Amino acid sequence: MSVPGELYYTPEHEWVAINGSLASVGITDYAQRALGDVVFVSAPAAGARVTSGEPCGEVESTKSVSDLYSPVDGEVTEVNPEIEDDPGLVNSDPYGAGWLFKVQLDDASGELPPGLLSAPEYTALTKEESES
Amino acid sequence: MTESSDGAAAAAPRRTPLTSVHSELGATLTNFAGWLMPLRYRSETAEHTAVRTAAGIFDLSHMGELAVSGPDAAAALDYALTGQPSAIQPGRARYTMICARDGGVLDDLIVYRLGDAEFLVVANAANTAVVVAALTERVGGHDAQVSDRTDDYALIAVQGPRAAAILAGLTSTDLSTVRYYASCPAQLAGRQVLLARTGYTGEDGFEIFAAPEDAGHLWASISAAGAGQGLIPAGLAARATLRLEAGMPLYGKGLSREVPPYDAGLGRAVRLDKPGDFVGRAALALRAAAAPERQLIGLIGQSRRVPRHGYDVLWDGAPCGSVTSGAPSPTLGAPIAMAYVRPDAAEQAADPAGGQLAVDVRGQAEPARLVELPFYRRADGAARRS
Repeated sequence: MSVPGELYYTPEHEWVAINGSLASVGITDYAQRALGDVVFVSAPAAGARVTSGEPCGEVESTKSVSDLYSPVDGEVTEVNPEIEDDPGLVNSDPYGAGWLFKVQLDDASGELPPGLLSAPEYTALTKEESES
Repeated sequence: MTESSDGAAAAAPRRTPLTSVHSELGATLTNFAGWLMPLRYRSETAEHTAVRTAAGIFDLSHMGELAVSGPDAAAALDYALTGQPSAIQPGRARYTMICARDGGVLDDLIVYRLGDAEFLVVANAANTAVVVAALTERVGGHDAQVSDRTDDYALIAVQGPRAAAILAGLTSTDLSTVRYYASCPAQLAGRQVLLARTGYTGEDGFEIFAAPEDAGHLWASISAAGAGQGLIPAGLAARATLRLEAGMPLYGKGLSREVPPYDAGLGRAVRLDKPGDFVGRAALALRAAAAPERQLIGLIGQSRRVPRHGYDVLWDGAPCGSVTSGAPSPTLGAPIAMAYVRPDAAEQAADPAGGQLAVDVRGQAEPARLVELPFYRRADGAARRS
């Protein structure tokens, strides 16, 4: 299972890449493996407000549907246009072409938003979940 | 993201003779009815499509196998089950059910008649213990014995339009003589098996009952023979969507102790016309004569959000039933679902000028179209249970 060291993570299995005041969001490799083939993603629309820890969309897979939570506070600037036609990108490249949306952070101070996990912390969490 | 699937975890699930093979293949394993089973190997959609267009190989060793034998075995099964096993020709098989006295379904079954006095009853894994207990009790008093042979069999299914061509290279048995819902003893890849032309996918295919120690060899031989023909291993996730497309109910998702067979559209599996009494007859006769409480329908979702088990079905905005089983259909490219609804809602929805059916998908009404079951029927004939 892949957990890139430069990303941050949520306990709900989203990843977030922070570049200045812009955050990119997707779901983790662990999540896509657990879900199986993703068939539909309902992501928040550009311009929508998202709040850390609040549901902002859903991910449908063959087996289940899961809420998508925003890892950060801010305004959605862009939604991955490829996902509509090819939701399987979430499975094949969860940290790359399978990104879901981008957020202009409310807090432009460059401080790390609260509540996010580092790669080692997230890896430990998934180990716990796999063994429980 | 939080997952809301029903992946139950319990201590020490049972392993099949093929569990280590699945691990080596990189399968995602899951606890299904107390067994550690492959959920998927890589992509369940690819596995589903392989079965529809070429072939898939499945480990079904979790299914329960019960041998019923003895001079009165046929009569005992006529009394114990809703069908009429005494009327099955040796070498043929039937889909049937075992019901409680009140007419509720304890399990749906395939009964293979192997000889005049020898039957093999195949039960769902989750219900095997219930079926063993009920059959043992009901067969008591007849000159027949019930034995749980689940541990004595590995069960491998090869399903799909190329299944017969793939297996033909491994056996001297002329597979064209093995009809749908028939079985015969055969040598397959040098091993003695019971080869049955049955399955639960809506495709032509075979189920292979083998000794556990032969399972690894058979799996490897079939995989090698099928590799050039598009055969891939397929897991429970693909099996679920294949079954759903074929319109076959699944025990626990629409079939249960609370539902009489008629409501599930399975009245043809109840032989009220057979001679003699059978367990559940009185209750089932009343049910057959009464107006059904609910009707099983097929729905195709008009959005991409998927109706799932337990979601309300809405008729003109008001609840009229609930979804028993739903999934995105790889073959149709749209969400599909089976649901129980009030008969009046089903009737009105069948009228194009009537109101609108929808499914409450997590708080939002998603329009759905009523369709006849099954959602998928293979082109070359009657992929149905006999």
